[in-house]
Amino acid sequence: MVDGLRLYWHYVTISVRGQMQYRASFIMLTVALFFNMGLEFLSIWILFDRFGSLQDWTLPEVALLYGMVNIAFALAEGVARGFDEFSPLVRTGQFDRLLLRPRSTALQVVGLEVQLIRLGRLLQGLAVLLWAAAALGVTWTVGRILLMLATVVGGACLFAGLFVLQATMCFWSTESLEVFNTMTYGGVQTAQYPLSVYRAEFRRFFTYVIPLATVTYYPALAILDKVDPLGSTRLMQYMAPTFGVIFLLVCLRIWRFGERRYRSTGS
Amino acid sequence: MSPYWAVLGARIRTLLQYRAAALAGLVTQFFWGGIRVMVFMAFYRSTTAPQPMDLSETISYLWLTQALLLLLPFRLDADLRAMMRDGSVAYELVRPTDLYWLWYARAVAQRFAPALLRAVPLYLVAWLFLGLQLPPNLGAAAAFGISLAGALLLSAAISTLMTITMMWTISGEGIWRLLSILTMFLSGSFVPLPLFPDWSQPLLAVQPFRGVMDTPFRLYIGHLPAAGVLLNLGHQLVWTGIFVLVGRLILARGVTRLVVQGG
Repeated sequence: MVDGLRLYWHYVTISVRGQMQYRASFIMLTVALFFNMGLEFLSIWILFDRFGSLQDWTLPEVALLYGMVNIAFALAEGVARGFDEFSPLVRTGQFDRLLLRPRSTALQVVGLEVQLIRLGRLLQGLAVLLWAAAALGVTWTVGRILLMLATVVGGACLFAGLFVLQATMCFWSTESLEVFNTMTYGGVQTAQYPLSVYRAEFRRFFTYVIPLATVTYYPALAILDKVDPLGSTRLMQYMAPTFGVIFLLVCLRIWRFGERRYRSTGS
Repeated sequence: MSPYWAVLGARIRTLLQYRAAALAGLVTQFFWGGIRVMVFMAFYRSTTAPQPMDLSETISYLWLTQALLLLLPFRLDADLRAMMRDGSVAYELVRPTDLYWLWYARAVAQRFAPALLRAVPLYLVAWLFLGLQLPPNLGAAAAFGISLAGALLLSAAISTLMTITMMWTISGEGIWRLLSILTMFLSGSFVPLPLFPDWSQPLLAVQPFRGVMDTPFRLYIGHLPAAGVLLNLGHQLVWTGIFVLVGRLILARGVTRLVVQGG
């Protein structure tokens, strides 16, 4: 385990050094991503400016959701991006090389690339979250802060799990399925607004199939001390972020199952 | 036939081959559009104040955004980009044609064919099942059609400019991203422009990017009078001209200082 972490850290430093060779490009891209997210949040502000509120949610409350989900996604993207670049490995047969090495393949794939430009999203999410935390008028007890951290960690695990699942599909189809974008990028979009906004089928999908709401909406209700129109209890809301971690573990299981069925394309 | 038309036709035929990718993209866009429509419906339910566009107009606007999303100049010409990376762009310079119009013709095809592939099925499904209304009268429909042509020309001019900035290979990608994000925001594809704050409306009316989406969509739903179509077309064409000029200037400079990568 410790050995694995050391190796991972080694992968990270190699990747970072590589990206730092193109410093100007790195800075430009990070700025662009920060700017992108800024305009996205500005769009939410415009809507609140026009309509006043979203059901009984105010702008700072939605900003809390926005900040948490974007930080979680940026962490997952930064760390697990290797899975997103996985399909060429299978198509060209290079995955065989990873199989030969005496380390877990998941670790090696994760180490393929650590994307620093995701820093843009991370910083912007953090800025929005800090603003929300100040504007909300919530007393920040230890319990609330811990719940918020757990939510972000749970969210990062969930998105990482989705990346793993997307890559696992390559064992069967060799192509990475674009439809997964609706759950990763689409999931971020969805989770920026309270779950109660959506129709029942969407809510069920993002609670029971992909437990996205358990790492955004439900814990946010507890942090904000809001009553859930969908009727969840506080205890459930505090427990909810664990489902993100469980989801990742399940996805890694499926990964191992898929790996056993892997047949090299031979090229 | 002029070489520019030939390039246009050949590119369109090539791009129409990617049907599987188009299908995957369609699913994504229905999902995306559905999320957005539900969010806007919730916002409209949260207020009783009259809005610059009513809910059904906004829903039409949102689905049109999805249907014509690929009209936005945010996808770079991957072939040209690869050429700039590996140096074969030098062959483009040798051709006995005007480089700008050659690339512009490619850009028109690049916008037109994928947008068409997506737009037709998305429009039909959104119209049949998802609350997209038909234009209120024939005049609005005609104005929409004319304005869409203007949008295509404008969008192609913007994306050609982006392609040209890629000649500065290192910093080009940053500029391209900034410009494409700005286009999305100011064309109304994040939030319909009429819903922006009232004080910003005069500014929004002047800026070029509204010509790519907002103008045709508002003509479609009748939010802009169909009689004003020529004025709006003028707005689109003037900005197209400006982007073409800037693009040509930068291209002329780029060619003189071009260092072919890799050789």
